[in-house]
Amino acid sequence: MKIDKEQLLAGYRIMRTIRDFEERVHKEFMTGQIPGFVHLYAGEEASAAAVCLQLGDADTVASTHRGHGHAIAKGCDVKAMMLEIYGREGGLCAGKGGSMHIADLDVGMLGANGIVGGGPPLVCGAAITAKTLKTGGLSVAFFGDGAFNQGTTLESMNFARVYDLPVLFVLEDNGYAESTSSSWSIGGHNPVRRAEGFGIPGERVDGHDFFAVYRAAEDAIAAIRKGEGPRFIHIQFTRYYGHFEGDASTYKPANQVKDERRYLDALKFFRARTTAGTMLKNEDLDAIDAEVEALIDTAVREAKAAPAPDVSTLTTDVYLSY
Amino acid sequence: MSQKSFREALNEAMRDEMRRDPTVILLGEDIAGGMGSGGEQDAWGGVLGATKGLMPEFGRERVYDTPISESAFIGAAAGAAATGLRPVAQLMFVDFFGVCGDQIINQMAKFRYMFGGKATTPVVIRTLFGAGTRAASQHSQCLYPIMTHIPGLKVVIPSSPYEAKGLMTQAIRDDDPVIFFEHKAMFDDKEEVPDEPYTIPFGVARTVREGKDVTVVAIGRMVGFAKTAADALAKDGIDCTVLDPRTTSPLDSDAIVASVRKTGRLVVVDEASPRCGMASDISAIVAEQAFDALKAPIKRVMPPHSPVPFAPNLEDAYIPGVDAISAGIRAVMGVK
Repeated sequence: MKIDKEQLLAGYRIMRTIRDFEERVHKEFMTGQIPGFVHLYAGEEASAAAVCLQLGDADTVASTHRGHGHAIAKGCDVKAMMLEIYGREGGLCAGKGGSMHIADLDVGMLGANGIVGGGPPLVCGAAITAKTLKTGGLSVAFFGDGAFNQGTTLESMNFARVYDLPVLFVLEDNGYAESTSSSWSIGGHNPVRRAEGFGIPGERVDGHDFFAVYRAAEDAIAAIRKGEGPRFIHIQFTRYYGHFEGDASTYKPANQVKDERRYLDALKFFRARTTAGTMLKNEDLDAIDAEVEALIDTAVREAKAAPAPDVSTLTTDVYLSY
Repeated sequence: MSQKSFREALNEAMRDEMRRDPTVILLGEDIAGGMGSGGEQDAWGGVLGATKGLMPEFGRERVYDTPISESAFIGAAAGAAATGLRPVAQLMFVDFFGVCGDQIINQMAKFRYMFGGKATTPVVIRTLFGAGTRAASQHSQCLYPIMTHIPGLKVVIPSSPYEAKGLMTQAIRDDDPVIFFEHKAMFDDKEEVPDEPYTIPFGVARTVREGKDVTVVAIGRMVGFAKTAADALAKDGIDCTVLDPRTTSPLDSDAIVASVRKTGRLVVVDEASPRCGMASDISAIVAEQAFDALKAPIKRVMPPHSPVPFAPNLEDAYIPGVDAISAGIRAVMGVK
């Protein structure tokens, strides 16, 4: 695994930004100021960070309803994201999409998605674009354990294989599709073997371990960039919050909720691992913590102060011309 | 008889039919919840709680939590219906019709006709719809015009808790495929609902309010809005009939045409997208059958031709509200 100090710090910054963003959205949502439905990525940071850190401008990702982490990791503007989540003018999607539809095609983020399994077919298309236009880009489909049982996902895996499309399928298995356990819903109980059934090599990694995800993604991305076609990674981790804000997660065993923050924290693991030797110093990470805290604070303050979108925009951007 | 919410009314209808008929089963995502988990079972009872308590009473052999695989379980409901059960499947949000459209449009809707009358498919697809919950473009659509367009489907849109219980009971007992639309902003609405089972027949409009000047046809959540607008306008001397078609397929066009023949004016209020929607359909029927009775052009009150936006102020502007309905009624009356 090749990763230098600069990359390590960048990876930590992404994870810290995601964590703080989500913790703050959680807090602000409880005050009733954030409309609609939000699905938080806290606990899952290492996946988005370790994969997207290895992507370039020509690469694209498609996300899920739990999309804030992928958006941040792929380089979406954090302040514009917060404006969007508040439904304000200047939001990343002009206030029209909200949390569930955050996107910025300019940075290769093809969108959070309100439809389970909506992303994998889009990623195949982005991969066809990359192949046709010879951009050298690859495309990553992040999808959850629920989406792994959607026809769209399974069809996309076959499609990517038969055309050797440059696609990385990343199954983000946080244990529950809404309230339904993935240990039940994924028949056969072996996602890697399912991927191999499509002829797509894959492996399973611990999603709380940034380095494990980074290494698996590094191998997969290298193979894809060599033209070997699609790869699959099964990431297992936990989400700290409910399916959506307001879900009490009573379907999880009580001790699981209590213990998961203590024992399953990618940021804690990262700090312990990188500062145990000479890789990084605690001060390096503390400095990032402070910067991120200030950024999120500013983002929330600006979002709260921003005006609602002008009502005349209700019917704009339905078409380019009509 | 007691005050019951829309949610409770639906729950009672399903519970009573399940008690009455052992072939009634439920399928859907998290309709109980906690499947395969080590925590609470029946943790959700459906995304808005309408099926809470049914899995504990009837067991997992009659209440099927499914993987997130709409094509598979909506299609399975069609297959189970065609082979002897009465499945009630929940397509969580009607927007997800996009995932499983084939099983609805090309499979269940067509069995009876294309098999020469040999198939009976008594399936109910329950589905949440409508704007007003800041759920944005992929969780807020109406889409009942698309279902109404398909021969072979019956399309039901209850406008209150009383209506929801009677129409759901009818839907489960009905022998054809029924798409049952539940407006998610109405789940906490309450009114008097009988404790015992009752049915409301399909294709029979409800006269919500009787008046001589204007016929206002409204659908789903718009019925309550139209009644509010009409009651307020009565103070200004404008006397409206408000009709709730209850089902868009079959549609009680006779009642609508007869009412327009009395009032001479028509306003149609529809929350669905304006093009090729119910408002257009009903307007065409009236123009065709009662053109000679019209004293003013027909007025359709609808949202703009755009997806449903997220920002609260934009969404509020999107939804046809009481003010827009009042303005529509005033327009056909020729008053400001």
